[in-house]
Amino acid sequence: MDVNKNSYTFLFATAMVVVVAASLSFAATNLKPFQDTNVEQEKMQSILSSIQIQVERSEAPEAYGTYITEAIVLQKGEAIEGQDAFAIDLAKEIRKSDEERLSPLYIADKDGETYYIIPLQGNGLWGPIWGYVSLKQDINTVYGATFDHKAETPGLGAEINTPVFEEQFKGKRMLDSNLTFVGIDVRKGDASTEYQVDGISGGTITSDGVETMILDCVKEYVPFLKEHSGKTATAALISE
Amino acid sequence: MADVLEKKEEAKDLLVDKQPKEPLFSKKNRKLLNDPLNDNNPITVQVLGICSALAITVKLYPALVMSISVLFVMAAGNVIVSLMRNFIPNRIRIIVQLVVVASLVALVDQVLKAFVYDVSKELSVFVGLIITNCIIMGRLEAFALGNTVWKSFLDGIGNAFGYAWILLAVAFFRELLGSGTLFGFQIIPDAWYLANGGFYSNNGFMLLPPMALITVGIIIWVQRARNTKLIEE
Repeated sequence: MDVNKNSYTFLFATAMVVVVAASLSFAATNLKPFQDTNVEQEKMQSILSSIQIQVERSEAPEAYGTYITEAIVLQKGEAIEGQDAFAIDLAKEIRKSDEERLSPLYIADKDGETYYIIPLQGNGLWGPIWGYVSLKQDINTVYGATFDHKAETPGLGAEINTPVFEEQFKGKRMLDSNLTFVGIDVRKGDASTEYQVDGISGGTITSDGVETMILDCVKEYVPFLKEHSGKTATAALISE
Repeated sequence: MADVLEKKEEAKDLLVDKQPKEPLFSKKNRKLLNDPLNDNNPITVQVLGICSALAITVKLYPALVMSISVLFVMAAGNVIVSLMRNFIPNRIRIIVQLVVVASLVALVDQVLKAFVYDVSKELSVFVGLIITNCIIMGRLEAFALGNTVWKSFLDGIGNAFGYAWILLAVAFFRELLGSGTLFGFQIIPDAWYLANGGFYSNNGFMLLPPMALITVGIIIWVQRARNTKLIEE
């Protein structure tokens, strides 16, 4: 058999492609459940991390069950039925119009206190960034925040997932004295007020991305949270 | 006594043109395993596969996972290409080699994502970049295409170990001096650190890629000083 004939070369290439495609898709299909579990556990780990609970990834599902009491889905500021909050792909939702957009909200109970955990999704310099921010019962004060990114520059934009950056958000406010939503300003230097945090030097575009992401995502929840947490409690906490 | 026996065997090799059966670990085959560890090391002597050696040697554990992945891809790739060597059309042989390596790497990537998720996140693109690791393509083209399955397997294992020990040696120094840990376990006592009133501080420079290059350079220096075969005129 002449292995250098054109027809043989075509035959060989075709057979090779078929064999490779079949074996790889077989492997991918069989490993998918394991990979999905990992991704799910990591998501639970991040959600818990935003209410200052650090657990190993393998222990995340159990802790998630303990602390997260409710997961609801909002549309146009109202809770709707028949949606699995955990399964919602936020990256797709932020591209939809305000009317269609679904926003998952996690409610946690930690040491008798209620916290509202809001998932965030936005864009950094090179790719998507995301995170979770938890609000105290006054729906104004940030209890904790955690961020992550796909492809930001190491040492610059990628620093958003370091504790140094995340810690700054603790105790910051989202509503001004008129209870209007203002978000958190991630700025270049001189972050002095309770509505401002320091951005990352050399990571300006990523820092701006974090700011925009908070504005864009949290605003979906403000009307709902105001209604359900009691306006008086909010006002009292702000004036203090 | 052993020397004499070996010499006898060598003489026999020369006398008999075609040996009907070569022992599995004959001298020649052992050389396939040993050579890449020192005399013909893919990183320090051939200076191939440097890219990943710089990128993922900050900590020992990812370096170990990377080494095992390369070991698998190299051994399996060599065996598969060697099995097919008489059927591969000459004109598309590089493409065939690439497809073999790429599918093995895709498989490794999937397995890592399923079972060691955190490490796979840390290795990120470098798992995919095993495909472009010159050591692998080099061995497939230069060795597996022209040798029997068993020899190709040994050659693959040998070269992967040659790659692995350099990777682990670099990672050992970088993790110890850069983070004060080994495999994540603390080695430098807490009390030694400046922050706790001690005299020691981790060298942050060790965590940056340039120090990997310098560490590899030092290993090459030591190796050349000790191994006279490598000293050039």
